Amino acid sequence: MDWSIYTDALVEGVELLASGAADIWIIIETSFRVSGAATLVALGLGVPLGVLLGTRRFAGRRLALIAANTGMGLPPVAVGLVVAMGLSRRGPFGELGLLYTNNAMVIAQVLIALPLVVAFTAASVAAVPRQLRLQARSLGASRFRELVLVVGEARMGVAAAVAAGFGAIISEVGAVQMVGGNIAGDTRVMTTAIVQFTRMGRYGQALGLALMLLGMIAIVNAVLVIGQTSAERYEGRR
Amino acid sequence: MRSVSLGGVSRWALAIVFALATGALVGCSSDSGDANSVPDTPAVEVSQVICASTTSTQDSGLFDVLVPAFQEAYPEYALKVVAVGTGEALTMGENKDADVLLVHAKTSEEEFVASGFGIERKDVMYNDFVIVGPADDPADVGAATSASDALKAIMDNGGTFYSRGDDSGTNKKELALWAAAGVESPEGDWYQATGQGMGDTLKIASEKQSYTLTDRATFLNLRDALDIGITFEGSDDLFNQYGVIVVTDATNMEGAQAFSDWITGSDGQAVIETYGIEKFGEPLFVPNAQ
Repeated sequence: MDWSIYTDALVEGVELLASGAADIWIIIETSFRVSGAATLVALGLGVPLGVLLGTRRFAGRRLALIAANTGMGLPPVAVGLVVAMGLSRRGPFGELGLLYTNNAMVIAQVLIALPLVVAFTAASVAAVPRQLRLQARSLGASRFRELVLVVGEARMGVAAAVAAGFGAIISEVGAVQMVGGNIAGDTRVMTTAIVQFTRMGRYGQALGLALMLLGMIAIVNAVLVIGQTSAERYEGRR
Repeated sequence: MRSVSLGGVSRWALAIVFALATGALVGCSSDSGDANSVPDTPAVEVSQVICASTTSTQDSGLFDVLVPAFQEAYPEYALKVVAVGTGEALTMGENKDADVLLVHAKTSEEEFVASGFGIERKDVMYNDFVIVGPADDPADVGAATSASDALKAIMDNGGTFYSRGDDSGTNKKELALWAAAGVESPEGDWYQATGQGMGDTLKIASEKQSYTLTDRATFLNLRDALDIGITFEGSDDLFNQYGVIVVTDATNMEGAQAFSDWITGSDGQAVIETYGIEKFGEPLFVPNAQ
């Protein structure tokens, strides 16, 4: 068996990354910036929504939970198509001139990550004992303070939401291709670059980027796990 | 004990919420700032020109030399290339999502201009198509006298053909060749459509040891990764003309016109003429602007 297709590409990919060639690092930086911004926006919107769904009882709550869970299976290409049509100059938001920009990619990725964040948060805050919230309120905590308390107690779940959301959007290719356009030095991210380099037969560049992508997801998960376990130790001591 | 943990947790959580809010804002606003990353020309207001072109043009690597050369000639414009299929590129023009098009499906381009979507279409350059397939040429394509004969030989002699099937310029060219061979809609087990770009289709044809129609540039670029070779080339019906079209009422009309004038002018034509010699020992495109 001939494994040289992997080893050659691996050597070439690692050399390329080590060489610090500007264009490859711009691609990596763009990926991180776009998906990082989208994760933060999705958290800012999704955590309060998830807490609402996980702790309040209201009409239509089940429907909303079903919607959030269904949204977790939302096909990214479908999101990309709908966003691309909306941002097209002929579309309803065409005047904003957002198609083929970083912001368009952030919008699509927020829509992909949001249901994940909402559903994960809702599930984890629902597991926080109700008595705790009632006690906090009886001690005079405000609604906001109560929200902060619940999210704090459910932080494992919220951290899982961060990892799931970020992992999903940074590895996604269909939507960013459609709304970003894979423009060199601008909207080219790791996934669209991997597709293009593979199409062009540049396996080394493609594999190098694929390794970086995997590494980035691993680092984010490592930070979250370390954060979680050190919090456990802290609580254990107390 | 509870009140202590309340305080700790809330400080922790507030810090996170604060980081989220500011981080999100910074993340978004920094995008627009970076968007026009053109080297130090603070005095010039840079506006972006969106050029819709085809994946085969992008995969040929031509834009890697065209974009910097145009940038140097016109620092006031940032040329951004979005590579799609010819069909989608024309739709992008109709929707005004692109300012200028560089595509290769002459009949469709002329229809596009005649319908009022484009101001004018100018010839830029040409390359040629080749029919590639297994080295031993089982369908005896090499003996054909024209490309349409060669395709017919694949059908008649038990070869398998992989079509792009994606409404691209190459796909349109292929269907025109079939029509010239008297086959209006090729179908059957021997005729497969990938629905993908040229590079992917070449890879599939190589893995399946089958035939396909490709532009020479993409094939030369990918040659080392493929296990198929040129089985038929050089006939008149394999000529592939590229045209540039400025989109009517484009968002950046001046920039689009500047690119059209530049690529059909002596500077742009000179860049095209030399591209590929260094890497492949032969130019990939022949400039032929009037």
